[in-house]
Amino acid sequence: MGMRARGLLNLRAVLAPVAAGMCVMATAAAVLVPALGGAAGEAGRGRGGAAAPAVTHRAYGPGAAPAVAKCTARNAAESLRPSPEDGPAVSRIKEKGQLVVGVDQNTYRWGYRDPVTGELAGFDIDLARAVAEDILGPHPKVVFKAVPTSQRIPALQKRTVDLVVRTMTINCARKEQVAFSTAYFQGGQQVLAPKASKIAAFDDSLRGKRVCTAAGSTGESELSARPHGAKVLTVPNQLDCLVRLQLGEADAVVTDNALAAAQAAQDPAVELKGRPFTDEPYGVAMNRGDTDLVRRVNKVLDDYRGDGGTDSRWMRAYRKWLQADLPGISGPPSPEYSD
Amino acid sequence: MSTSSVSPPAAGRRTAWAEGLDELRAAATTEPGRLRVIGAVLALLVVLFGAVTAWQVAGRAAAADDVVEHSQPLTADAASLYRSLADADTTAAAGFLAGGEESRATRDRYAADIRTAAALLVKASANSAGSDGAGAQIAKLNGGLPRYTGLVETARANNRQGLPLGGAYLRYAHEQMRTELLPAARALYDAETDRLAGDYATAEARPWWALAAGVVALGALGWAQRRHYRRTNRVFNRGLLAATAASLVVLGWLVAGHTVARAELTGSYEHGARSLRVLNEARIAALRARGDENLTLVARGAVLTDGRQDFYEAGFRAGMTELAGAGDHGAAAARSRLGAALELADDEAGRRPVRAALTQVRQWQGRHAQARAADEGGDYEGALAKVIGAEGSTGESFDRVAAGLERALVHEQTEFRSAADGGRAALRGLPVGAGVLAGLGALGAVLGIGRRLAEYR
Repeated sequence: MGMRARGLLNLRAVLAPVAAGMCVMATAAAVLVPALGGAAGEAGRGRGGAAAPAVTHRAYGPGAAPAVAKCTARNAAESLRPSPEDGPAVSRIKEKGQLVVGVDQNTYRWGYRDPVTGELAGFDIDLARAVAEDILGPHPKVVFKAVPTSQRIPALQKRTVDLVVRTMTINCARKEQVAFSTAYFQGGQQVLAPKASKIAAFDDSLRGKRVCTAAGSTGESELSARPHGAKVLTVPNQLDCLVRLQLGEADAVVTDNALAAAQAAQDPAVELKGRPFTDEPYGVAMNRGDTDLVRRVNKVLDDYRGDGGTDSRWMRAYRKWLQADLPGISGPPSPEYSD
Repeated sequence: MSTSSVSPPAAGRRTAWAEGLDELRAAATTEPGRLRVIGAVLALLVVLFGAVTAWQVAGRAAAADDVVEHSQPLTADAASLYRSLADADTTAAAGFLAGGEESRATRDRYAADIRTAAALLVKASANSAGSDGAGAQIAKLNGGLPRYTGLVETARANNRQGLPLGGAYLRYAHEQMRTELLPAARALYDAETDRLAGDYATAEARPWWALAAGVVALGALGWAQRRHYRRTNRVFNRGLLAATAASLVVLGWLVAGHTVARAELTGSYEHGARSLRVLNEARIAALRARGDENLTLVARGAVLTDGRQDFYEAGFRAGMTELAGAGDHGAAAARSRLGAALELADDEAGRRPVRAALTQVRQWQGRHAQARAADEGGDYEGALAKVIGAEGSTGESFDRVAAGLERALVHEQTEFRSAADGGRAALRGLPVGAGVLAGLGALGAVLGIGRRLAEYR
């Protein structure tokens, strides 16, 4: 696609909401004109701020709702600049006195239920607590709700949860539906296999092998695009793959490296093979209307990353939960901002 | 001539059959000859009647015995096998949820369920000789049971170490149970139920041959006595009269005995076997709902249906709908298992435990809703206590539902047994009685004709 064609497409995409707004305006009564005009104007500024109420933008000055470039894989991880200000979303949470967070209960080291204490624990859980502490002060009330993978976006849209911290990959398709913080972990699809296995990476060493992946996952679509001669076995949940692997019903697993590391942590006989072969930054997801909360979470993430030294909170959490099975990470991904 | 079509006689040579026929024809030209033939035919018909009656009734009595001694107990065993397996699965999930604090009672219950299932499998395989359908299912169950228990133990071991992998193992074990073991147990139960229905059909089939033979024998006796009256002007021939009386008694006994047996057996089916079947289905539905309820907390949203609902919560609802209908209060829907059980129960003693079970089902549904609300509100511990706790939990409700159904099952089993025993008793003595009476009748016919023959000497 040539530069001009893409430019035209972009122009069309930007103008479409304006045109739609004009149509509605034309058929609506004159009383409605100011309100509609405002909405159309906002939509015209880009998709990033379209759902946000205009009043929240005042707190951040003129740069609050900038023109957002079209989302591509390259700039998907960009988010709004951090701010400690309380907007409507943060105030709402403070009024309730509790932060409701959608999490996973089945991913070892990230979000799982410790059967001894009965409490949720993990890297994602620590991060969620840090956000709650920042908003609500010390010893905050955090309600953790188990959200299945497919319910992450609906739960945010229906506001049954304030945040989702659940090894959730930032991508353009999801950014149409929810807002993301800056990336807090750089993930990617990777191969997991027994240590003794000849499988080396996501390559032709998979030929003739039975490879397990979760139904509907990125791993499944990668495997159908580039099967490398492997026989694919799909299961309802990625952790079921480790069961199949241990029972000898599968030879390798393809899943996010974070999840693969969680599996390796539960079975000393398996390890991650090769390098991640996709680029999947994880972010905290929020309702698209809660721009003030996005900025607040980005501020917490900034504090979490610290000065990038080995003693930042991020590094401490990494050492506590992840280092054993995801060694060699020197620091968090650096934040990218769109404004 | 009839023989010519069978084997055309060679010139000058006659077959033995044709010669015998000629002799008979020659004998029949004289009255004593005719009388001899008549006497022989009458005796033969009466004996034939007795023999056919004894044979047909013995077959029906054996089938009735099979219903009571064989196929019904085997059906009950197959139902118990299914129940033990499903209960083991449910108990394993409950123990898993309790984690490191798994109670001794839970462990014992799981072990007892597996033991019962293994023992019933041995018994079923000893009794299933000759029925291939049942044999294949038993083989499948024998192979699947150790695999299942292995998966459960792996789940336990991982769970005790605090690894979420344990939950995945338990879900896999449950999957094996749901898709391999329980369908096989179900097929075994269906095979045994078919065998029971077959035995019922055999026992209840009307003994048409015996009835026809009785009518023919009585008709022949009547004809002979009419002929006797015409020829001699004497009304009675004591021998023939005795033969007629004996045949009438056998026929009457046959009709009355089988009618009563049939009625009793039908009653045992309608009020016993059918109720037992529905109650067993109800127990299975309750177990399914309970298993899925536990798995909802084990899986923690890891498995969803195509409609993006929690897979196990959907399973719970399906089990409850089967058990008591779509609603969550009031009477059970007529087409649900409990509704059908209430309708089939023919007395208050049968209805009471079913009603009690229904009350508990409603309470269970209420508690389940509270547990779901707690879980969805992020209070996992509260939900757990509501599901596997000792008091006020859905587990308590489930146990009460199971106990109510068990009482109903015991009651219906007694009903079944007494009606079926009544049916068996109605046929008792009939084969021997028919044989003896027919022998006496044949003797009477021969003596009666002999008395007439004596007048020609």
